[in-house]
Amino acid sequence: MTADLDLATLSVRQVNAALQQAQEGSYRVLHPGGAHALACGLDAPLEISIDGHAGYYCAGMSKEADITVMGNAGTGCAENVMSGSVRVKGDVSQSLAASGHGGLVVVEGSASARAGISMKGVDIVVGGDVGHMSAFMAQAGRLVVLGDAGTDLGDSIYEAEIYIRGNVASLGADCIQKPMEEQHLAVVSQLLDRARLDADPASFTRYGSARKLYHFSIDHMDEY
Amino acid sequence: MCGIVGLFLKNSALQPELGALTARMVHEMVDRGPDSAGFAIYDVPETRSKITCLSLTGETDWQALSVDVERVVGEAVEVIEVEDHAILHSAGDGAVARNRIIEIAPDVSVLSVGHAIELFKGIGDPDAITERFGLARRSGRHAIAHTRMATESAVVIAGSHPFSTGADTCLVHNGSLSNHNRLRERLRRSGETFQTENDSEVAAGYLAWRMREGDTLEVAIERALSDLDGFYTLAIGTRDGFAVVRDPIACKPAVIAETDDWVAMSSEFRAIAQLPGVAHAQIWEPKPATVYAWSHAA
Repeated sequence: MTADLDLATLSVRQVNAALQQAQEGSYRVLHPGGAHALACGLDAPLEISIDGHAGYYCAGMSKEADITVMGNAGTGCAENVMSGSVRVKGDVSQSLAASGHGGLVVVEGSASARAGISMKGVDIVVGGDVGHMSAFMAQAGRLVVLGDAGTDLGDSIYEAEIYIRGNVASLGADCIQKPMEEQHLAVVSQLLDRARLDADPASFTRYGSARKLYHFSIDHMDEY
Repeated sequence: MCGIVGLFLKNSALQPELGALTARMVHEMVDRGPDSAGFAIYDVPETRSKITCLSLTGETDWQALSVDVERVVGEAVEVIEVEDHAILHSAGDGAVARNRIIEIAPDVSVLSVGHAIELFKGIGDPDAITERFGLARRSGRHAIAHTRMATESAVVIAGSHPFSTGADTCLVHNGSLSNHNRLRERLRRSGETFQTENDSEVAAGYLAWRMREGDTLEVAIERALSDLDGFYTLAIGTRDGFAVVRDPIACKPAVIAETDDWVAMSSEFRAIAQLPGVAHAQIWEPKPATVYAWSHAA
């Protein structure tokens, strides 16, 4: 049975408190109207549907829960997500899954700037495009993009794997194209399956760290 | 932080509701800017010029001022007072009237000049400001508004947006400009007059200067992208249109929604969430360094 939590009559705090106290079950958040911080800090295997557009930091810090936004989401959707899944049917604004540690984040539309910034283990699949500086300082996890990527993709990347099907406007510092091998095709294939998005894994290009920024280079001495 | 909103009506049947819809949008942006607020509302252009003035002392003798302006522009001036603001209507040259008021009335700030624009601003609770100036009862074709959270300068009325320096042009700004001092001096040499030390007024002056030089709004904004240094999301109003632009880094938020009846922009979706027909709107985040513009004339 699905329980309804209606933001036309409840405050965001009341809705979040109800969700944070729940141990299991299925919930629908009605009339979100772009409210911020919806379904944040969850720590149980709940199934949650947000019945419209969400504001900033939706599904932040989430653990175990499966959260679906039926519309768009604002800045910082699924930031610091730990596990479980977050699915957005529409588009998301900047800093998608920032610092995300784990779980799966799927955006069926596009994400804007800095998607996956400082990602630390989360898997992100974007059906459309991602904006500039996506996967900035990424540390671990996978970013799969079915569309295009904006400028400075993977700037100052530590590790993490990036797979882009479309065009990349430009690569950031220390991010390079890498060969697509059997194991990478398998990774993309599995992530697409989990994301329920359809694309040929062989049509993706892999990017990752050149690992040149890990160490001080004596040749750069003059620049300091 | 700051919140900005803009509403451009494509369907003229909604014109009587423009103020009420804009006031509701402003209300949602109070959290982003509780210090001060302002709005510009554009109605169908009148044949006479409208000059919106603010009394900085609250004690300005508008009748005496209008007599002086009448003498300088050579046409009758009708004054309509609204709280500490006054709108001067005259068949004379609005730019001449503006310069004269700036010259002789240090207790007055000229907020706008044009045939369509009226502009109101204040400090304090944005809802109280829109209420005080009766925004909800105003009609028009498009409007832009701002709620301010001062981060770098004092909460004074001079820092409230929107800013206008050219005829029927004004803007609201979320962000800050780093080269405004140098740019202000350059624009002064080109004949612009500024009334504050605010960075956003420089952006307004820049656009006014470019459009006076013959640029279209779109071209003026394209030039601004290379000449304005800093971070910004701008909503710009002109006599016939409305435009939105974000700097190339785009760290200040913006969302645009469009239906057959209207185009709305705001810092956050929640300001748009209550507009009529929003469930069927096309909603998107404006891309960095990209000009989005709409015009009633087109």
